[in-house]
Amino acid sequence: MTEFLFFLLSAAALLSAVFVVVSRNPVSSVMFLIVTLFSLAGLFVMLEAHFLAAVQVIVYAGAIMVLFLFVVMLLNLGHAELPDFRGAMARLLAGAFGIALAAFTAWTLLTGSDPLTASGGEAADPIQAALKARGAIGALAVPLFRTYLVPFEVTSLLLLVAIVGSMVLARKEAP
Amino acid sequence: MYRPILPALVLALPLAGAIINGVGAFLWREDHRVARWVGPLAVGASFVVVAINFFAMKDSGTTAASVVSLWTWIAAGGLHVGVDLQFDRLSMVMMLIVTGVSTLIHIYSIGYMRGDPGFNRYFAYLNLFVFFMLVLVTAASFPLMFVGWEGVGLCSYLLIGFWYENEAYSNAGKKAFIVNRIGDFGFLVAMFIIYGIFGSLDFSQVLPAATGHLQYGDVWATLITLFLFLACMGKSAQIPLYVWLPDAMAGPTPVSALIHAATMVTAGVYLVARTSVLFALAPVSQAVVATVGAGTALFAATIATQQWDIKKVLAYSTISQLGYMFLAVGVGAFTAGIFHLMTHAFFKALLFLGAGAVIHSVEHAWHEAGRHGGDPNDMRNHGDLRRWMPVTWITMWSATLAISGVFPFAGFFSKDEVIWKSGVLGYPLLWGVALVAAFLTAGYMARLMALTFHGGENRTGEDARGHLHGAPLAMAVPLVVLGVLSLVGGWIQIPESLPLPHVNALEGWLDPVFEPAHHVMAAHGGAAATAAPLGGGELTWGLISTVVALAVVVWIFLAVVRRHYRTAAEAPEPTGLSLVLYRKWYVDELYDRLIVRPLMALWRGCWKIVDDGLIDGTVNRLASGARAVGWVGSQLQSGRLGAYLLLFMVGVLVILGTVAF
Amino acid sequence: MTPTLIRVALLVSAALFAIGVTGALLRRNAIVVFLCVELMLNAVNLSLVAFSRLLGIDGQIIVFFVMAVAAAEAAVGLAIIIAAFRHYGDIDVDRFDMLKW
Repeated sequence: MTEFLFFLLSAAALLSAVFVVVSRNPVSSVMFLIVTLFSLAGLFVMLEAHFLAAVQVIVYAGAIMVLFLFVVMLLNLGHAELPDFRGAMARLLAGAFGIALAAFTAWTLLTGSDPLTASGGEAADPIQAALKARGAIGALAVPLFRTYLVPFEVTSLLLLVAIVGSMVLARKEAP
Repeated sequence: MYRPILPALVLALPLAGAIINGVGAFLWREDHRVARWVGPLAVGASFVVVAINFFAMKDSGTTAASVVSLWTWIAAGGLHVGVDLQFDRLSMVMMLIVTGVSTLIHIYSIGYMRGDPGFNRYFAYLNLFVFFMLVLVTAASFPLMFVGWEGVGLCSYLLIGFWYENEAYSNAGKKAFIVNRIGDFGFLVAMFIIYGIFGSLDFSQVLPAATGHLQYGDVWATLITLFLFLACMGKSAQIPLYVWLPDAMAGPTPVSALIHAATMVTAGVYLVARTSVLFALAPVSQAVVATVGAGTALFAATIATQQWDIKKVLAYSTISQLGYMFLAVGVGAFTAGIFHLMTHAFFKALLFLGAGAVIHSVEHAWHEAGRHGGDPNDMRNHGDLRRWMPVTWITMWSATLAISGVFPFAGFFSKDEVIWKSGVLGYPLLWGVALVAAFLTAGYMARLMALTFHGGENRTGEDARGHLHGAPLAMAVPLVVLGVLSLVGGWIQIPESLPLPHVNALEGWLDPVFEPAHHVMAAHGGAAATAAPLGGGELTWGLISTVVALAVVVWIFLAVVRRHYRTAAEAPEPTGLSLVLYRKWYVDELYDRLIVRPLMALWRGCWKIVDDGLIDGTVNRLASGARAVGWVGSQLQSGRLGAYLLLFMVGVLVILGTVAF
Repeated sequence: MTPTLIRVALLVSAALFAIGVTGALLRRNAIVVFLCVELMLNAVNLSLVAFSRLLGIDGQIIVFFVMAVAAAEAAVGLAIIIAAFRHYGDIDVDRFDMLKW
């Protein structure tokens, strides 16, 4: 059962990702990406990252994609008349690179060392202990506020800069 | 024991004069008073020092050379050349001639160049010339002599093109320098060979060792001497490098007298005399020298018979007389060659100075009469000038008789010696050529005198005639001095065979210098004959030549004097043989076709094909190649975001690839 | 969680990344390019989570940060696109050639 679900979600993610790239309409692309994000959230849950799955749905699919939709509508791109795929040469190159990249990474993954044995065997399940002790959120929060405090604070600074920057950039020029 | 007295002063005085006058040409250009005194005094004082040395040398009886080392010039590896002066009997004779005649000509120049804006510059160049000529004759090594050789060439160029605003004159200067260069190449090659064989370039080391290093008839001796003779052909205007000398008449007449008659052109004869032992070791070269000399003597004499420009007649006459000198040194009569060099310096300088007086007078007359454009040199514009210029007339007759070889003038003794020696030393053909040339000489000189000074009608022009005048004092005195020398100058060498007191002054003086050469020639050539090729002794032929010369003079004189000549402007063009001779056998045109034009085509080809096409082209093509490569690279910088993304991905793949593999 | 599934997860991540790359190179619309970039980021998130399943909680924390940064980046990037649209009238990636001198 687990496996079936896993494969289903994986397939959904991949399929909708392809449609993101291939769709003519930018709105369709955004929608398909949302589907991809949801599938990924499901995969996160299956990989014991419950909190992240929730964050994915709320922040990524909920906020970021909405932002994208807003912009698409703002720019009135829903009615794309001209195809915005690049020329034949670019298609060829892009396809070639995509395939090359995929093949390369796949090859590395499949011929490299077994990730499970490299990490210490099936018995090792480092997250379980933390999850049992603190629950889903706590397991994430404690390292976040202890070991990774500085990056956390810096990220907040980053968000501030992003807010200010986007407001400045998107502002209409003064008359 | 003779030790040179103040040797450096002999050279330093003219050099100082040159520097002072040179500075004067800039700083006090209009003031000619300094140059008027400094110019002649510098050379005159040098003459005095030389004379003192001469008497000292004579009294001491030294026969060997005295070398004075001033400083070291080149000390590189095995080559050591010093600035060394050689005071020996031969260089003493040359120094006396150079400084003596130069002093007279400097004094003459004060009168001739009066009023010329380049007065100071003229004396600077003239003094500089004397300096270099003295370097040439007192050098104790080949390189130093070459310095003098080049230096006199330079001064010749500067003085020929003295009135440089005239393009024809400056072209004449260039022609002289360029033709001389060909000869200089010969000098250089000869020096290389000498250094290769002897390991040294000093006379004191090369000449005494010549018999040791070289066999008689050795190919290297022949090569050395032939290349040296090439240098002589250029500097002393022998066939085929004589073409610059007639053009050199563009310079002021005193320059023609000094440089192109008495001194510079005789440098070649001096060179052969100095290296006499080398020439004695190369009979082939000797024959070449003698043949070229005799040939030139005849060839130039023929051209002189049809020239109308008085200076051109004298120029070709100089070439012809130089031919005599080379004939002499070629057959091995070195003393005879130097003897004729000396007497020629006297009478030829006199002839040129006299011609200068005539030209000066005619020009002045025309200027006063307001006439412009007309050639004062052309003898068809002269005529009967003895009425106005008696001193010039008499002194020039003295020179004419001397050059024609009429007894008892100087030329008789020296020219006869040359002709006689070429007869008895085994060159019958050249002897005959020399005789014919001598009679031609008498002929053209008589023609010159008749056209210019006689004829009963003056062709200068009604209006100008009244302004003709005799030579001023500064010009007349040197004329008289040289006139006397043209008479008595030959009396220092009177051969035994003549029924006169035997005087052996010059030969006795120079014998020690030429002894090694005579020794070699005697060892290999056999004794000299006692009779001329057609039989008869020296006295016989002396009589024949003087009588015939006198007869030719009288005959031509009468023929010319009776004819009526028109002025240069109205005269008809010559025709036939006269035209060919007048046009100098078209040699200049021949050179132009055969040598100058092909060379210019070659140079143009080098310019267009090699320089523009190859060299410039290669550089240009490299540049356009670089630009093309740059263009390719610039296509990467399209500025387009999409292209950059693509490249970005390519880079990522490459990096991943290198990391993995 | 069997090793196979982890491996599958990683393969999926790789495939998603490759698709994202292809899309970024293929499309001319700037917003779609941006979407592909987000796709790539998510692929990386997936692989990080898969590895964290094996190696510890740190992977998840990194994902957390990635999401935060992705949000900031999306905001700023879209602001830029809006500004560019105002200036040029379209957002064709090929149209932007101002990166040249």
